[in-house]
Amino acid sequence: MERLSGLFTSAWRFRSYIAGAIANVFLARFSRSRLGAAWIILNPLAMVAIYALVLSSVLAARMQGIDTPFAYAIYLTAGIAAWALFTDILTRSLTLFIDNGNLLKKVVFPRISLPLIVAGVALIDNLLLLVAIFLIFGLIGHWPGAQIIWLPPLVLLTLGMALALGIILGCLNVFVRDIAQVVPIALQFGFWLTPIVYQAEILPPQLRVLLSYNPLFPLVTAYQDVLVFDRVPRLDLIVILALAVAALLGLALFTFRRASSEMVDVL
Amino acid sequence: MNLLRVHDAGKAYNRYASEWHRIARWFGATFQPLEQHWVLRHIRFDLAAGESLGIVGRNGAGKSTLLKMITGTLPPSEGTIQVAGRVAAILELGMGFNPEFSGRRNARHVLELMGMGRARIDQALPGIAAFADIGDYFDQPVRTYSTGMQARVAFAAATAIKPDLLIVDEVLSVGDAHFQAKCFERIARYREQGMALILVTHSVADVVAHCDRALLLRDGRLVEDGAPVHVTNLYLDDLFGRASGTARPARATDGESPATMGEDGRDLFHTRPGYRKEEHRWGQGGAVILDYRIVAEGEPYPPRIESGAETEFLFKVRFDADCEAVMPGLLIKTIEGIFLYGTNAFSASGGRAPVIAVCSGDILVFRFALSLALNEGHYLVSFGVSSGDPARTLIPLERRYDSVIITVGRSVPFWGIADLRGTFDVWERLSHD
Repeated sequence: MERLSGLFTSAWRFRSYIAGAIANVFLARFSRSRLGAAWIILNPLAMVAIYALVLSSVLAARMQGIDTPFAYAIYLTAGIAAWALFTDILTRSLTLFIDNGNLLKKVVFPRISLPLIVAGVALIDNLLLLVAIFLIFGLIGHWPGAQIIWLPPLVLLTLGMALALGIILGCLNVFVRDIAQVVPIALQFGFWLTPIVYQAEILPPQLRVLLSYNPLFPLVTAYQDVLVFDRVPRLDLIVILALAVAALLGLALFTFRRASSEMVDVL
Repeated sequence: MNLLRVHDAGKAYNRYASEWHRIARWFGATFQPLEQHWVLRHIRFDLAAGESLGIVGRNGAGKSTLLKMITGTLPPSEGTIQVAGRVAAILELGMGFNPEFSGRRNARHVLELMGMGRARIDQALPGIAAFADIGDYFDQPVRTYSTGMQARVAFAAATAIKPDLLIVDEVLSVGDAHFQAKCFERIARYREQGMALILVTHSVADVVAHCDRALLLRDGRLVEDGAPVHVTNLYLDDLFGRASGTARPARATDGESPATMGEDGRDLFHTRPGYRKEEHRWGQGGAVILDYRIVAEGEPYPPRIESGAETEFLFKVRFDADCEAVMPGLLIKTIEGIFLYGTNAFSASGGRAPVIAVCSGDILVFRFALSLALNEGHYLVSFGVSSGDPARTLIPLERRYDSVIITVGRSVPFWGIADLRGTFDVWERLSHD
């Protein structure tokens, strides 16, 4: 436990590094582009606007419980907001330690900074996507309702789950490199096994059983409850999920500490 | 209190039947590694504040593993390593620099990586800009930099805040001589303030010039800890072929007088210290260069020849055909291949060499003597023997180009390669009154 708290105090000592590294990721992304930092918000705005436009005119599907031609677009972007944050962190963490192998071999710094930097970058990207969603759908008349207060804890839960899984798989991938190949395939399945582009109700009952094993299912549903239907998410599921994420984070830190001492041996 | 204490440290890399066994061990499983590969063992030394230590050894001797353990990125598998203070390592200048960012931003990032806070970094940046001394380029993207400029910023940033122990790994060779001098000046100033230095380099001259002490690593063991000149001599032996582990034979017990070669007709050339297996051996045949011997100031096969020392190059040739006249020769080149000096029996005797006639089966030993008036460094020696008339055509019988490497040492260096033996005095003082 003492060493665990050491993990956090050293990360805190290196907060300038973490903040600087996060800033560098964005600066690097937009360096030498004319509009520079504007792209950081233009990109998600364009994406959401296209969804709104295409899905309202071409694929204007009706949805239960919400009465606007933009219903499906709103539903889809709500699910994507959760999914994007999750996969962004997970895929970046996967090769994180390998990509930074040289740094890990040669410089002493709190290694926990690396996943924190990934989480920071992904979180900023995701918040901007959410801002874009609010703006675009706000302009067409669907402002988020009062239940929006549930969004921050949901974002944190998604972040925690992705970070925990990302750290575990990232550590294992240093030693067993097949993991980086398997995870993207698993994520493809995961995307279609999560009701993002469809509603869970349309699934035949046999398949719906599968959903109950998908930890992202309650999370994405909660996003949709809050962003689309403006209703309180199912708190019992959220609490269970929060406990699971806490346990997963504990496992992740344990794995990380064990892996960290042997990582440089094989990098 | 010692700044660094390496106590019986070693490093083993474990190989498992499956990497999953390794992973399972983190969670309490008791799989044994298939194989433990020790790259370093029983390393034991101390380093006091202000001291400077050179570490030498051939590639693969374990230098970089030891450095990683001292830096702290690699935990030792046995023993302990204690450091009382902050370690800064300049392992690769400009590592992790983002080419799209300015020198300033990259320098800032280097300091952030040391755990410095914003205020401390803001305070250090003007000093970094001044030390790097690259003018407006400091605010230009690093991709527009030359290698030397990149090295300037990297060194300036890495040493902006005095560490307690600085590790320099073969990096100061980039950058121009002026900047190198500036780096060593800063290192010297920090050392006066108590910073210790560990220098890892292949440059024997740098170790001798900048270190109080040196360590020699061989196959993962610490074989010598002592004065830089002594340790680097042993290192040169390791490098240039003296059988490892055996001490250099003392002059008197060598069995032969220094300048004679044995009766032996065997081909011993490749067994001699300094032999390079990358040699280029050619010629039409008819003679075989069997052996060679280099003697400087009475010492056979010296690991280091003092610049200007009278040096004898002997080589033994067996002739396999009768020949009316043969012509032995000698070439010296720099390690880069610049042709410095070449001579043969004819030219070395001012054109008055006797005609050397040989019969098949004869074995002759030839000797060239010259003073090695060269700057510090490594040089390549070639031996050759031809037949024919030097005034007309020579037919190479056997040539062993670049077959031997020698090392010249010099306490007071000059610029360039050849020592033209310049002298200096104040010739005249013309007074004002």
